[in-house]
Amino acid sequence: MTTNGKPKFAMYWAASCGGCEISVLNTNEKILDVDANFDVVFWPVAMDAKYKDVEAMEDKSILLTLFNGGIRNDENEHIAKLLRQKSQILVAFGSCASEGCVPALANLSNVKEIVDTAYTTISTDNPNGIRPQPNYTVPEGELHIPTLYPTLRTLDQVVDVDYYMPGCPPESQQISAVLDLVIQVIQGKAQLPPKGAVIGAGVSTVCDECKRKRNEKSIKEFKRIQEIMLDPEICILEQGVICSGPATRSGCGALCPTAGAPCIGCYGPAENTLDYGSRLLSAVASVIDSNDPKEIDKILDGIPDPAGMFYRFNLAGSLLKASKPAWDK
Amino acid sequence: MSDKFEPVIIGFTCNWCSYRAADMAGTARMKYAPNVRLIRLMCSGRLDPTFVLKAFADGADGVLVSGCHPGDCHYVEQNYKMLRRFHLLIRLLKQMGIEPERIKLVWASAAEGAIFADEINKFVEQVRALGPLNWGASKNGSEKVMVQETATEVPA
Repeated sequence: MTTNGKPKFAMYWAASCGGCEISVLNTNEKILDVDANFDVVFWPVAMDAKYKDVEAMEDKSILLTLFNGGIRNDENEHIAKLLRQKSQILVAFGSCASEGCVPALANLSNVKEIVDTAYTTISTDNPNGIRPQPNYTVPEGELHIPTLYPTLRTLDQVVDVDYYMPGCPPESQQISAVLDLVIQVIQGKAQLPPKGAVIGAGVSTVCDECKRKRNEKSIKEFKRIQEIMLDPEICILEQGVICSGPATRSGCGALCPTAGAPCIGCYGPAENTLDYGSRLLSAVASVIDSNDPKEIDKILDGIPDPAGMFYRFNLAGSLLKASKPAWDK
Repeated sequence: MSDKFEPVIIGFTCNWCSYRAADMAGTARMKYAPNVRLIRLMCSGRLDPTFVLKAFADGADGVLVSGCHPGDCHYVEQNYKMLRRFHLLIRLLKQMGIEPERIKLVWASAAEGAIFADEINKFVEQVRALGPLNWGASKNGSEKVMVQETATEVPA
């Protein structure tokens, strides 16, 4: 462990895809500032380090830890608690750690269904029906693999979190801005935002940043994006394709709608939104152009998977958190 | 005290029709099940689906939503907006494992105290038959589970 006087930096991935790390590297030359200003002590994706090295560190000896990924198994939980203990500032970095993201969609299924899907479905070559075992004895000793929890939880459902940085992944320019801020704080030129703040994002919605033209919305039919040639000028939701802009926090610069695809909501709930999915559901359902229950139902058939649609990034962070079959014994 | 399960039901009523229906039932001394806790909104269109999810998440066993009859809304057409949201919300709740029978939509005018009381009685029995939902008491998956019950030998 180096003791060069620089503040220590750590980054960890729990249940996540690794996209957050790539986004950090996408800050290009800004990554050199990280090296110039921090002593990187733990970052499994970028360098070799052992958990026991972290366990040996003094409490609160790491200044800044960016934690991405949700808590899916006991290893995730152990490291989350360990890094909380060792860090002064713990940031829930990216959508998984903040609100569950795509891995949290598994909260619609119980563990048996998840394992069965992974080990027995037609795309899996597993003639002996092998399943992962948490403990297994070999001549050399006992082997352990992490044990799954019934559901995926967000970081702040397990430990105390100082800041939240949304995005799947967070945009590189937002990461640069946050890194700049932390470096300025170290140099005494700036102050940290209040604890619990969402950093590296806006306070409004994606719609607010979107340049498309908006008129009165009234929808007779919901369409999937492959079923329609989208007009490049007009609001996507108006054209019958569900766009998550109305409920989603700004900060990305409305990248997807600008590129001709609907917003999928990766920046999470807009400021003061208690439950992302119900907010979006409310916005989408109210513009249905019908007052007849039967017709409304027929129009709603155009949304085959409402939970997946409205909670694509947010199920673990939502009010209900997981479907009943996932947690009910 | 009986051992019968007494469901907790949150009822959302609008200021202009359904809350007055409840008022009417009260002033006329009609008896109905005491399980429903009413919350008055200005309009059923004010019912953010978040309220319903919060009620379930915090331990309600059922949610009653009530507003003016279609066409009678004090704010012209907001109860239609609630109707559309309600239909989509039921689909979402089904996916989350909440039975559609735990949520009910009742139209009631200010004169329909008897109908309102009757609907509440029917709904309370319907939820009672389903049993407790227990969402509020759930640990939401913080306890460990084993990956698989039966071990399988890994061939070398």
